Amino acid sequence: MNIFNAVDKTKYKQDRVILHSDCNGFYASVECLHNPSIRNKPVAVSGDAENRHGIILAKNEIAKKYNIKTGEPIWQAQQKCPELVTVPARFELYKRFSKMTRRIYSEYTDYIEPFGLDEAWLDVTQNIDKSGVQIAEEIKNRVKEELGITVSIGVSFNKIFAKFGSDYKKPDAVTHITRENYKDIIWNSPAQDLLYVGRATKSKLSKIGIYTIGDIANAQISLLRSHLGKWGDLIYGFANGYDSSPVAHMNDNTEVKSIGNSTTTPRDMKTFEDVKIVLYVLCDSVCRRMREQGFMARTVGLSIRDNELNTFTRQCTLENHTNLTKEVTAAAIALFERNYKMQRPLRSIGVNTTDFVHDNAPRQISLLKNEEKIICNEKLDKTIDILKKRFGNYAVRPAVLLSDNILSGFNPKDEHTIHPVGYL
Amino acid sequence: MKKYIKVTATFDCDGNLLPESIYWDDNKKYPIDKITDIRYAASLKAGGAGIRYTCRILGKERYLFLEENRWFVDTK
Repeated sequence: MNIFNAVDKTKYKQDRVILHSDCNGFYASVECLHNPSIRNKPVAVSGDAENRHGIILAKNEIAKKYNIKTGEPIWQAQQKCPELVTVPARFELYKRFSKMTRRIYSEYTDYIEPFGLDEAWLDVTQNIDKSGVQIAEEIKNRVKEELGITVSIGVSFNKIFAKFGSDYKKPDAVTHITRENYKDIIWNSPAQDLLYVGRATKSKLSKIGIYTIGDIANAQISLLRSHLGKWGDLIYGFANGYDSSPVAHMNDNTEVKSIGNSTTTPRDMKTFEDVKIVLYVLCDSVCRRMREQGFMARTVGLSIRDNELNTFTRQCTLENHTNLTKEVTAAAIALFERNYKMQRPLRSIGVNTTDFVHDNAPRQISLLKNEEKIICNEKLDKTIDILKKRFGNYAVRPAVLLSDNILSGFNPKDEHTIHPVGYL
Repeated sequence: MKKYIKVTATFDCDGNLLPESIYWDDNKKYPIDKITDIRYAASLKAGGAGIRYTCRILGKERYLFLEENRWFVDTK
């Protein structure tokens, strides 16, 4: 990633017209559309409480008034609003609606860059028949009529301000942020409203007396850099409207930078053996996905959360790029052993791989390593992949997984296939 | 609660899908006399979204929705 390219002031000869469309309370809106009887009640879509995924994933406008937050546990939300209707998530349905929004967008431009299922940037600079605001109004009305849900759309000359605009007024609204009004609208807003300023950055900024986006824009760049490193340059550029990152073409395959899976287990992992079982399942999924997409990784990372919700991540670099389940699993287990002594039971764990090369890239064989063994393992993985494809995920499994069906009885590869894409 | 129904439909030579008759409660066949409009739309009453055919059936105007690969009826 080149941060300085993302805020290159001289990249475009003329101002672009960028839209950011955000489906309001997406999952909850789709559920309310399909179930008229709950439409006028506070509604939240939640994860599966029985499997300890019981958090709020989305809420409708009525539930918002009770201060229900995305990510909070269901019981907490129900304390705030006892009459809250919670419905289980139906990701296939949301994917269908996401596709339908993109069908509408594609009638205005080929430059559509999704940001999750419910958001997308559109570059409509080339659309000379209508202004950005006209297109935004049209899209807003069409989504309401054709899909029965609402969107809020920001129109501006860069992606960051367009995104800010879609958050500024919602639901069912269009906000135009121009070179003339951005200082009035954006600069007075809290720093945290800017993309990439999260809780941690916000607290670092407030320590140096920076509270608003305007404060960031007018700060000494060296000051920001000294506290935030290269991200200081990035948010300084964003706040001043220098963002020049392009909107991807709809046919561009977004370059995959990492592949990972994580899970909150149905019961806490208390022993190293418990963790090992879950790591086997996760690594199997991650490696199969890597092989499917033709990648080999050199960095393996773990994210670990204990039962008191303390979270930390660790990563290690492997000697060679690999997508072999055996090697990645061994690396993940060793990494875990080095970094955690089971001080507290664990609630969730994740594995991710980065630093990819394509699997057909030339590879220097090792002088001393047993290369035949590697080829054998490659063949083994390929065979297992075929078996799982034909007969299902549970057709062939390492024996260790049979010792605890509760911990190993999940299929991260196929059960949850929504992979959010990073912005940069 | 919306109810999915049986429909007979044809593809014309241009690949357009046109419903010709619907089967209601008693499994009786009701021919569609005319289709006056076809568009993407949401159904707020029955709950759903898809391709909406505005149809005239026995002199009454009804919306027939194609939701992925299933059909349901909604009133105007």
